[in-house]
Amino acid sequence: MSSSIESLVNKEYQYGFVTDVESDTIAPGLTEDTVRLISSKKNEPEWLLEWRLKAFRRWQAMTEPHWSNLKYDPIDYQSQRYYSAPKSVTPLQSLDDVDPELLKTYDKLGISLSEQKFLAGVAVDAIFDSVSVGTTMKTELAAHGVIFCSFSEAVHNHPELIKKYLGSVVPYSDNFFAALNSAVFSDGSFCYVPKGVRCPIELSTYFRINAANTGQFERTLIVADEGAYVSYLEGCTAPKRDTHQLHAAVVELVALDNATVKYSTVQNWYAGDKEGKGGIYNFVTKRGKAHTNSKISWTQVETGSAITWKYPSVILQGDNSTGEFYSVAVVNNMQQADTGTKMIHIGKNSKSTIISKGISAGKGQNSYRGQVKMLPKAAGSRNYTQCDSMLIGNQCGAHTFPYIEVANNTSTTEHEASTSKIGEDQIFYCKQRGMNAEHAISLIVSGFCREVFKELPMEFALEAQQLLGITLEGSVG
Amino acid sequence: MTSATKATSDGYEQAFSALRSSGGPSWLPALRREAMDRFNALGFPTTRNEDWHFTSVTPIAERVFKIAPTRSGPATLSPADVATAAIGDPDWHRLVFVNGRFEASLSAFAGLPAEVRVTTLADALKETPEFVAEHLGKLAKSEGQTFTAFNTAFAQDGVVIHVPGGEVVEAPVHIVHIADVHAAGAGIHPRLLVVAEPLSQLTIVESFVCTGSPGAAYLTNAVAEIEVGNGARVNHYKIQRESTDAYHVGTTQVRQGRDSMYHSFAYASGAAISRTNIYTQLAGENAETRLNGLYLIDGTQHADHQTFVEHLAPACASRELYKGILDGSSHGVFNGKVYVDPIAQKTDGKQTNHALLLSDQARVDTKPQLEIFADDVKCTHGATVGRLDEAALFYMKSRGLGADGARALLTYAFAAEVLETIEVDQLREGLEALAFARFTHGEQR
Repeated sequence: MSSSIESLVNKEYQYGFVTDVESDTIAPGLTEDTVRLISSKKNEPEWLLEWRLKAFRRWQAMTEPHWSNLKYDPIDYQSQRYYSAPKSVTPLQSLDDVDPELLKTYDKLGISLSEQKFLAGVAVDAIFDSVSVGTTMKTELAAHGVIFCSFSEAVHNHPELIKKYLGSVVPYSDNFFAALNSAVFSDGSFCYVPKGVRCPIELSTYFRINAANTGQFERTLIVADEGAYVSYLEGCTAPKRDTHQLHAAVVELVALDNATVKYSTVQNWYAGDKEGKGGIYNFVTKRGKAHTNSKISWTQVETGSAITWKYPSVILQGDNSTGEFYSVAVVNNMQQADTGTKMIHIGKNSKSTIISKGISAGKGQNSYRGQVKMLPKAAGSRNYTQCDSMLIGNQCGAHTFPYIEVANNTSTTEHEASTSKIGEDQIFYCKQRGMNAEHAISLIVSGFCREVFKELPMEFALEAQQLLGITLEGSVG
Repeated sequence: MTSATKATSDGYEQAFSALRSSGGPSWLPALRREAMDRFNALGFPTTRNEDWHFTSVTPIAERVFKIAPTRSGPATLSPADVATAAIGDPDWHRLVFVNGRFEASLSAFAGLPAEVRVTTLADALKETPEFVAEHLGKLAKSEGQTFTAFNTAFAQDGVVIHVPGGEVVEAPVHIVHIADVHAAGAGIHPRLLVVAEPLSQLTIVESFVCTGSPGAAYLTNAVAEIEVGNGARVNHYKIQRESTDAYHVGTTQVRQGRDSMYHSFAYASGAAISRTNIYTQLAGENAETRLNGLYLIDGTQHADHQTFVEHLAPACASRELYKGILDGSSHGVFNGKVYVDPIAQKTDGKQTNHALLLSDQARVDTKPQLEIFADDVKCTHGATVGRLDEAALFYMKSRGLGADGARALLTYAFAAEVLETIEVDQLREGLEALAFARFTHGEQR
């Protein structure tokens, strides 16, 4: 390994700093009282508390799933803190009132919340631990009738929409982590795009975990009414800590008739150090329901987290609905990822596309796990799946677990998967043209991931490419 | 264990006790007892078991199949019946079992090279017990495998083949398992043990067929253990054409040495529920394995194929091609796993699985898996499920073929791609003729 590469390996996770703010953090432990406390802190209506409690009781009766290809120490749910909020944040504040310390944090993360420095054409909802710090460009969106705010705010201002759609795609009883989230979720983003409206700007949520020993349990709900269009981005970072932190989110997407929802994620939670110490345990349930002629598209770039357990799915409920899943998952050092998608075809002539690129380096273990299900009534449906894995170094692993279940004969499914080493001849060619090994690998990896990156909005595509470079630095010697 | 399986378990325990008096070497009872205990402890798999997720064995688990060898009476079958039932050739070495019992009068395997030993399991236990002790149950382990444990506990007879180093057996060894009208309610547990020493060559054809209809369910639970020595070559054909009332579970466990070759072909058109497991371990460098298969099912048939290729040494190659044609409301399952060990660098693995659905009631579940722990590898898998290509049908019709003829021809062509890989001419031609008749005249099986 060359010395320059070595210095890069030891490069710090650049988002690993801690913001020193006074927080209102509740004691560790999880009981019915914790759920009540969170609900009261957020001043929630009775029906939401009831829903949380139902979820909590169901969660108590469930056991943590262990079918995934992940190995990790048991999680002690009683030692976690389930709520932490910077004291300076008061609900429904305007951006001008936000604690400068918090604004600085977001500036440092490259997300500017102050009005003059807005990323052109992107509205941001910034979530810090358990609460939303502020949402930008609200008035501009309101002019188009688009509701974009924190989840807590939506509970108070748009209870009818929350009541109608909360849990409609991921019911509280869906799985262990979804039930946990439903019981203790703190904040998240809510978005509603009215009939026929094409949301003029990209919406984005930036999640930041700051407090120690605190889990983040956000809940995002996006509803695109008939004929609407929305593109949504999600980014996440966390400080470097020696202990594992739990992140169990739920994202629900609803695309009503003729609507389109595009959801992009760049996940860069702290991944732990080279020995696997620390890092985020990321257990996420993401699912969308696509009605007639609608389209839901997931794009994810997963570079962070010690453990990733994530299967963004689409229920293709309506006829002619479309589901897409584009994913790049990178593991390095001791990282483990078990990720993929589910495409459940219910409607006639529904279509789904799955493109998954897995990159394993160091001692990382990367698994693609996917399900394509064609129900008897999903006549004329189509699926195309391609999952490719690239191995860098001889101590990593790449695994593929696709499930293809077809129950009618007018549908067509195609599945292709390949696993191979990064091309030595390609590296040689690049070097011979004057590039160093690092550059060559970065070029080859970008090419490998191109099909996915081109689905990302521009700002994100650049960020993702850079992230990928950083994650893989030093993986080839 | 549920109460229903408790009842069958007790039933099998009684049957097991009744078997114990039947002689054999001293180590055998202990091996059987251990397998029986394992069988009891494991119970029949449920669909909660990941390996059996799409296949329910409830119809097998809820009754006790008679273990005692069923007498078919003196010579009810003639050699001509055997020739009709099983695709074969008079020149092949032939061992015939009727309802699990060896029929010497129907068998002929005298013309083998002097060094090559082919015997029934019962004879081998008497004549060469040390050899059997050394190999039996060594590859096909009972751990976690209910049906293998079940077979080891109850196997009454079978075939032992030992090919010494460098010997070449030209004609295939044909093992014919026939279920006749007396098979109803029987549990048949044939065992096959093959040891092909370095540089030897052998072709095995296993046929599972029936004559007439037993009119009731029977169970065939076959286990084969095949050791392929360094540089040896074994071709293995398993032709499953059981009665559609029957249940068939077949497990083949193979271990290959360096530079060896194992080619397997599994054909399945029979049984109400069938499950075929083919597990091969590439344990020596530069070994090659090829697993091909074709299943043709109809009505309410259920056919499940599971393959597991373990690359445990560098520079090995595995090739897999499985195809299924499903009609009626049949259900096909394919579960193929390729595992690449950290030391198995330069692995070249390819797996392909295609299913053709002829009716809108038919169902396919497929799960091709790759588990790769080495980096310098090339592994791919592909799976498709669909129906006949409309454009191809249109083309055929534009050339003057009727709709039915075009469909039959395309379906046959789909099957032929994999049938063509059969290297034994008589077998290939026989199966091609069967497939052709099935698709052009709607004939069964």
